Amino acid sequence: MDLYEYQAKDLFAAHGVPVLPGAVASTPEEAQAAAEKIGGQVVVKAQVKTGGRGKAGGVKLAKDPAEAKEKADAILGLDIKGHTTHRVLVTEASDIAEEYYFSFLLDRANRTFLAMASAEGGMEIEQLAVERPEALAKVPVDAIAGVDKAKALEILTQGNFPEAVRDQAADVVVKLWETFVAEDATLVEVNPLVRDPQDKIIALDGKVTLDENASFRHPAHEELVDKQAEDPLEAKAKAKDLNYVKLDGEVGIIGNGAGLVMSTLDVVAYAGEKHGGVKPANFLDIGGGASAEVMAAGLDVILNDPAVKSVFVNVFGGITACDAVANGIVEALKILGDEAAKPLVVRLDGNNVEEGRRILNEANHPLVTQVDTMDNAADKAAELAAAGA
Amino acid sequence: MSIFLDSSSKIIVQGITGSEGTKHATKMLQAGANIVGGVNARKAGQTVTIAGKDLTVFGTVEEAMKETGADVSVIFVPPKFAKDAVIEAIDAQIPLAVVITEGIPVHDSATFWAHAVAKGNKTRIIGPNCPGVISPGKSNAGIIPANITGPGKIGLVSKSGTLTYQMMYELRDIGFSTAVGIGGDPIIGTTHIDALEAFQADPETEVIVMIGEIGGDAEERAAAYIKENVTKPVVGYVAGFTAPEGKTMGHAGAIVSGSAGTAQAKKEALEAAGVKVGKTPSETAALARELYEKLH
Repeated sequence: MDLYEYQAKDLFAAHGVPVLPGAVASTPEEAQAAAEKIGGQVVVKAQVKTGGRGKAGGVKLAKDPAEAKEKADAILGLDIKGHTTHRVLVTEASDIAEEYYFSFLLDRANRTFLAMASAEGGMEIEQLAVERPEALAKVPVDAIAGVDKAKALEILTQGNFPEAVRDQAADVVVKLWETFVAEDATLVEVNPLVRDPQDKIIALDGKVTLDENASFRHPAHEELVDKQAEDPLEAKAKAKDLNYVKLDGEVGIIGNGAGLVMSTLDVVAYAGEKHGGVKPANFLDIGGGASAEVMAAGLDVILNDPAVKSVFVNVFGGITACDAVANGIVEALKILGDEAAKPLVVRLDGNNVEEGRRILNEANHPLVTQVDTMDNAADKAAELAAAGA
Repeated sequence: MSIFLDSSSKIIVQGITGSEGTKHATKMLQAGANIVGGVNARKAGQTVTIAGKDLTVFGTVEEAMKETGADVSVIFVPPKFAKDAVIEAIDAQIPLAVVITEGIPVHDSATFWAHAVAKGNKTRIIGPNCPGVISPGKSNAGIIPANITGPGKIGLVSKSGTLTYQMMYELRDIGFSTAVGIGGDPIIGTTHIDALEAFQADPETEVIVMIGEIGGDAEERAAAYIKENVTKPVVGYVAGFTAPEGKTMGHAGAIVSGSAGTAQAKKEALEAAGVKVGKTPSETAALARELYEKLH
């Protein structure tokens, strides 16, 4: 789960990482009140989970509370790379002497963590990594040894941080590591990490991604979920414990196993090229178990997506054999009754496939078409979606 | 021959008394795997009867190894306790630990991996979040259905469980030396490269099928490895061409971040290394069949 800047900074503050005082606002009036409380010049920053806010006009300086209100009014509702701005962060305006870059992240290739540090902060880090890779230090961090002050100093030295600030910055880095570990983060990024004219090191921005697999030991993380911004279908699926991602096509997809479902999306997209460009409408993995209840819950979510014109159920009977899956589909359609009103293309293969297909044939549901192979079934589902669009 | 697992493998199950552990231990035994015991500290000394076989539940992996000569552990312990279970297996220096558990926090996986490295990599870890490994007709450590296909000359390594089953099914008339599901988490023990190296060395494996998906750069690194080290024919498949940026697609590790980890980049890297990459699973199976038939 990606956090907003203000949430990331709240976590930083809780772990002793220095941040500027600020408050989040969802109306211009709240922004004005926040600016009054902070006093003096403030910065009004759009809270969206994407980069490039500054260029898009989502970060503005305001000299007084009245101007803060004005700027917030302009920023709220702003579309930044497809993300609508619902909130702004109002923070003290800081004078900046120097900008640096620092992050902790996963190093998948080395099966460990990585620290990245550069004395050249502020710009897009992907750009720096391409244009001046020598300016970006990448230092592996052992998960057991972690980051103490000595390790922090080693990282900052490799990142060419000026000697005068290294000691103080190292203290901040140790606290960022504590945040990374204590919160089960997979990314903690500060860009820029700044030195102000009084030589204080401050995290001026913050980006944090939390590991949802670790939510069992972080009940408080649930409060960080932005329910307002959640897609309603994704929220519904989540409430039913389904692994669902909304996409922008017309063919609803249900399958078992993440890899098979990803593959199904691809095959439907290829097939769609021959049928007016229809695309997959969602990712939905009902898992290896594929019981009737889970099948019904999945069909319920997908059939209630107004964009869906046809549904492709693609199941390989492995752990659960095809006859059980077929019974699941028949039961699911019974449970849903009249709610099931869109054509379903079903492809079953694998263990007990003959029995599975026989069960579906016998049920003879008017909406269900069986197709034997994944590629042909995708083609049929795309054709039906194109006809229904 | 086969890789990682053969008919002499003696298997213990960590978490044998849990519902998943019992269910899959039953299937493994029915498929002919030699399970010799289980581990659960709280039920140490008890005997469980699974698929008609009496199995002792030991308090620790070390004790189970000492008493039974086990050399493989299959781990079904829930996410909360999985890190400690894997560390216990590493400390006992069991040669192979297969971690089936899905949903382990990545900090925990990074920790047990660092522990394995610190202990000199005596234990091969497969997974987590994987279906395990099967050498058809010989042994089965995990949840891959044993009745899909029999022994043969194809070696398979895959990040995905169901795509593994699908591929085994499509090529069931040829059969497999070993199929390894390495798992879809961002941090995993055995990688594509590890399996490719073992298949290259395995005299029984003639054609290798490699299944990847979006996220990370394991496929790109595997491509570079194949170019330098693999002389056997390799066929590839990559899932997730239509996955949007920034969304996790089921597997914790299946995510395109910015321009990194795309299926297109993986496909291109594999093709540049001389690997034939199928557009769909069926096309991939057809490519593997073609290469196999060319050898016979």
